Amino acid sequence: MIYFDNSATTKALPAVLDTYRKVSEDFYGNPSSLHAVGGKGDAMLQSARKQIADLIQAQPDEIYFTSGGTEGDNWVLKGTAIEKRQFGKHLITTAVEHPAIINTMHQLEQLGFEVTYLPVDHRGFIDPAALAAAIRDDTILVSVMAVNNEIGAKQPLTAVAELLEAHPNIHLHVDAVQGIGKGLMAALRHPRIDFITFSGHKFHGPRGTGFIYMEEGRHIAPLMTGGGQESNLRSGTENTPAIAAMAKALRLLLTDEDEKVAHEQAIRTRIYEHVAQYPNVVLFSQLTPDFAPHILCFAIRGVRGETIVHAFEQHDIYISTTSACSSKKGTESSTLAAMHVQSSVATSAIRVSLDDQNTLAEADAFNAAFDQVYAGFAKLMPQA
Amino acid sequence: MQYSEIMVRYGELSTKGKNRQAFIGRLNGNVTKALHEFPALRLHPKRDRLHIDLNGEDAERVMARLSKVFGIQSFSPSVAVAKEMPAVHAAVQALMAATVPTGASYKVQTKRADHSFALDTNEMNLDLGDYLTEVRPDLVVKMKDPDYVLRVEVRREAIFLSTKTVLGAGGLPVGTAGKGILMLSGGIDSPVAGYLALKRGVDIEMVHFFSPPYTSDQALAKAKQLTTKLAPYVGSIRFIQVPFTEIQETIKATLPEGYLMTIQRRLMLRLAEAIAHKRGALAIFNGESVGQVASQTLESMVAINDVTTMPIIRPVATMDKNEIIRLAEDIDTYELSIMPFEDCCTIFAPPAPKTKPNLDRARYYESKLDVDGLMQRALDGLIITDIKGSDEFMAQDRDLIAELL
Repeated sequence: MIYFDNSATTKALPAVLDTYRKVSEDFYGNPSSLHAVGGKGDAMLQSARKQIADLIQAQPDEIYFTSGGTEGDNWVLKGTAIEKRQFGKHLITTAVEHPAIINTMHQLEQLGFEVTYLPVDHRGFIDPAALAAAIRDDTILVSVMAVNNEIGAKQPLTAVAELLEAHPNIHLHVDAVQGIGKGLMAALRHPRIDFITFSGHKFHGPRGTGFIYMEEGRHIAPLMTGGGQESNLRSGTENTPAIAAMAKALRLLLTDEDEKVAHEQAIRTRIYEHVAQYPNVVLFSQLTPDFAPHILCFAIRGVRGETIVHAFEQHDIYISTTSACSSKKGTESSTLAAMHVQSSVATSAIRVSLDDQNTLAEADAFNAAFDQVYAGFAKLMPQA
Repeated sequence: MQYSEIMVRYGELSTKGKNRQAFIGRLNGNVTKALHEFPALRLHPKRDRLHIDLNGEDAERVMARLSKVFGIQSFSPSVAVAKEMPAVHAAVQALMAATVPTGASYKVQTKRADHSFALDTNEMNLDLGDYLTEVRPDLVVKMKDPDYVLRVEVRREAIFLSTKTVLGAGGLPVGTAGKGILMLSGGIDSPVAGYLALKRGVDIEMVHFFSPPYTSDQALAKAKQLTTKLAPYVGSIRFIQVPFTEIQETIKATLPEGYLMTIQRRLMLRLAEAIAHKRGALAIFNGESVGQVASQTLESMVAINDVTTMPIIRPVATMDKNEIIRLAEDIDTYELSIMPFEDCCTIFAPPAPKTKPNLDRARYYESKLDVDGLMQRALDGLIITDIKGSDEFMAQDRDLIAELL
């Protein structure tokens, strides 16, 4: 079995699950309880928070635990909208964000906010100059993803952050769900970036975990009100076992990050160079440094993406059409549409997404399977 | 950079006339205690400074310890080199390369203890200045307020070079001012008061009142953990826990609510004085700050202080809360202090304690209690432990947590 759908989710590591189980058994106290059992739970929670803060070069009180990437994105956007609505009702994002951003923006539009969606060029990148032109006096937030979940394009975060230096009141949010552990830490930790969303299950942590980084001094309204957990900003009894397991997964992820990035890069290159030889393959991801090391998106002209996914399934290889979130709805990729890729090509797109657990041997097996899949559908392809 | 010695300059004690020998002796004793985990070190005390021969020990770690020894004004890590100019030149170049960045300003400052050395002070300054102009053209010579001073000491055994001077903790060597006790509650103020007492050379012992079951084991553990934060300044600190439950229950059952706090404090102070006598302490220190809470108004101080003639020293008496918090953060007690455990000052706190208690009334109410009996039973129940900086009372799970994460 070859699992090449790591941008959809990753398999939790055994060491991470060990932590989950042991913390469930030995640190089950509610961290808010006054007694020693609660104190133990709180000690674990705060240690996990500190470890995560250290790993991303932040302070513990800048880390807020959430249920995942979708909640983090919703919280930063809606929390900013609520907190800053008297200062302005204009938000800016890109046309290629994850639905957790796009659909949240749509909801805010229905509530009377105005949203600018920055276009991307044919390679999938925004133009910082377009961002500069879009900023207005009533802009309260700019949200730009670190790595596109469909094609792996790394948006120009540093240029965006530098541009925003001149607009200190605007919240700058980065969705880094696909960007953690992929050699982007320096860009993510640009001092102008105020908020970052992370999701635990994308890096071998348990499902239902995540956290946001919120720079000290920034404020957003809570979405979850209640018992006052997470400094009164995200109520709900803390999921201590999952949080501890996520903290461990993050530590493991960032250990030898450079080597892992190089490893994924090598696997991706091997597949890229193989499929690029075929005339009816259209590549959307590129090997240039402005693409993340773990995502490879391409189409086979004339063959629908889901057909290709199922064909690989016959070889016990698991890939996806573009993003898992939209792949069951049969809609075409929003990122490719924004890149003005022809609809007939976009519906043929598939995504191979890797992580450090994959091997070069798996790339070779994929390539061999690819030859068979390609040959099998030759009749569907446009003839040269 | 591999340093060969650390040169320690004594603080205020340089001016202390006849007591000088006693002060130096105590400081050297304290330094020895603070550095006990570095067996290779050799201490050479001199009249106005102390030379610590590193013998290969790590200078950074030694300096981290030294920075918590009161009575030290500053210290400089130095490199020893043979008394021949080619060797001195090579060492100067290496030291400057490791410690002085490109483009910085500097001057050379030579001190010659060994007058038989071929170059005199001026000649040495000139020679090294010329040499550096040649090998480090990026540096700028500046006589007034340079970024770095290259200190050169020509001593009998070798020439010592240093570019760094680290500010010490200041104050007086702990122990030179005698012994005092500190009333340690667990709040923000009393650990700061303890730190300031230590800084003035007072050897303190902690007195902590606890009232199980009204106060928790965690509250006691917190007070002990706070003590570990102050212990590094002196080596170890004696921690005296005083059972206070019976006294609090009796006062609560017998006396009018408005005076509960006042009488309770009078009893605490009586016990503190009795313990001070027992332990050979000469003064009582506490974390009271004028006007901060009901028990700390001047009227309250009159009504409480009444029970003793022993000096009560309140190091933070006139500091604002924010100033106290800043110091608490500096000495790393703040985070512990704000942990939310009830201490015996907060339980049984009446909703409206008298902020202006009347002294005669306080005396009258107290006279209704069997003060001698209550005190004797509390003193019979003292538990005394020695606490070191490395002790751990709060985080028994620390290792397990580290392993799981």
